[in-house]
Amino acid sequence: MAELEGIEVAPVPGGKSWDLAGMAQLSQSFVAGKVLAAMADEDPDIVVITADMKFSNMTVDFERVHPERFINVGISEQHMVSMAAGMASVGMKPYVGAFAPFVGLLAGEQIRTDLAYPGMPVRILAHHAGIAIGFYGTSHHATEDLGLMRSIANMTVVCPCDATATEAALRQTADLPGPVYFRLGRGRDVDVYDALPAGKWRFGEAAVLREGEDLTIVANGITVSAALEAAGKLAGDHYEVSVIDAHTVRPFDGTTIAAYAGRSGKLLVAEEHNVVGGVASACAEALVEHGLADVKLERIGMPADEYSLIGPPTHLYRHYGMDAAGIETKARELLAA
Amino acid sequence: MEASQVQEVRDRAGVVRRETIRLIEVAGNGHYSSVFSCAEIMGALYSGVMRLAEDPEWPERDRLILSKGHVAIGLYPLLAERGYFPSEWLDSYTRLGSPLGDHPDMRRIPGVDFSSGSLGHGLSVGVGMAQAARLRGYDETRIWVLLGDQELNEGQVWEAAGSASHFGLGNLVAIVDANQMGLDGMTEETMPVEPIGGRFEAFGWEVVEIDGHDPEAILAAAAALPPAASGKPQCIVARTVKGKGVSYMELSRTWHIGYLDPDDAAAAVKEIDQRG
Repeated sequence: MAELEGIEVAPVPGGKSWDLAGMAQLSQSFVAGKVLAAMADEDPDIVVITADMKFSNMTVDFERVHPERFINVGISEQHMVSMAAGMASVGMKPYVGAFAPFVGLLAGEQIRTDLAYPGMPVRILAHHAGIAIGFYGTSHHATEDLGLMRSIANMTVVCPCDATATEAALRQTADLPGPVYFRLGRGRDVDVYDALPAGKWRFGEAAVLREGEDLTIVANGITVSAALEAAGKLAGDHYEVSVIDAHTVRPFDGTTIAAYAGRSGKLLVAEEHNVVGGVASACAEALVEHGLADVKLERIGMPADEYSLIGPPTHLYRHYGMDAAGIETKARELLAA
Repeated sequence: MEASQVQEVRDRAGVVRRETIRLIEVAGNGHYSSVFSCAEIMGALYSGVMRLAEDPEWPERDRLILSKGHVAIGLYPLLAERGYFPSEWLDSYTRLGSPLGDHPDMRRIPGVDFSSGSLGHGLSVGVGMAQAARLRGYDETRIWVLLGDQELNEGQVWEAAGSASHFGLGNLVAIVDANQMGLDGMTEETMPVEPIGGRFEAFGWEVVEIDGHDPEAILAAAAALPPAASGKPQCIVARTVKGKGVSYMELSRTWHIGYLDPDDAAAAVKEIDQRG
């Protein structure tokens, strides 16, 4: 395979490959359907809408409980967003679910014009964000959505990394007056928050999950558990590293991040997004706003001018350094600098 | 139908055209001809066709979405006439900080049911409002969506059209202001949309075609709509002429956006009054 020369094909982690059957068994982090079904028991205005994806995002769990308030629009995400805006203007609280590229990018203008500009309380469940869908390729990846969403006035942008965080995010944002973009992963994410004290995930506040003076790592989505794992390895070599989950991207808690980065003098941002426009950009803005431009900043993410290689998600995370090993390697470079 | 109602529509269409000319003098630039083609339609909607109340926020009111949002200048005088905001607001049209711009903003203008301007969105918003009205038990509420003919090129219109019939939204009425033109020229040359009625029928809608400048025809079409609680979305294809009312603007590409100096504006108003 001469055409593969120079491209390192990662070994299969744990000897297992990524497949749809495995994904179906491990979809426990897509809890939005169940959580919303419970919230809708109390709130008659909640409706859930999807675009021929109810099994991909498990909003079918909502349909099973409240079929009269579940709407499937078929494959028409732009229509779905505008339609939800119309429903919200009459007093409903619509939650719309679709693959992140097809709502966060394809329907980006509808989100701006029909949700954010008139301030409609529509919530977007943008799932399989980043490169989570692996070898289905760039058409199905969303590595630009944070850049778009966080530059839209009136938007709220939240990235819960697991099931516990997803439920907290849904409940804590329920009464916000404008639209919310929930950036969700691949539905089989490593649990982080279920082992932490209840209430650790608080909307609008960066979550400090580990404290250390030598380096600050800011993570988001799938990189949160990877960063914690990397920090554990580094502690074995007596490096003390802070790990912060910057789950609320807009409004962004730059104050907390600047405080930790200012103390350590070194900041590593790891995210499943292009290195331009996402959490790393938000951190850089926060550093400058707090007069900390001298903090050494390194970024892990999709390279600025690359679209993803083909590969299973776990292989891609390893290739782009978004897994624990990649974060550890980059952290050691930064610690040595 | 009462003769007085027909006359009301004519009078309001005259108000729409004259005020459009006056306000564009304030702005220095604006959409004349797109408004002129739907002057009778907008006049009729606010002459007893839509179910409205003194309170522009009445939950069970009918709602109008100007999917062709660039005709908002024609709507503003009708909303002011209803007392939804002071008529002095009209004089501020397009000035820095005015609530009234070329496209309507629901957050700043009482009586505007949804903000618009990006073509192709309005029918989707209408589908959502119609569904929400059903869920809330507003059984007599209708949702009216005014679309342009060239706008029907937008694919989202047909996503909405298909879902409206699938969801059985008899409380949704699409009015196509088929004024035969877009920005670049004749619709059928730029990118055809005919047969408009046939397309909506194929998407499961009930369709009626009328002369969109005939107040009696508009009122008759509205009166003939089945109850809002019925199960089929309704489309009124209004055959109109872009620029109708000022002879040199009629089907003229150059008057989509323009400016009349005060003398020409006075002459245009005179012609509107004579033909009114």
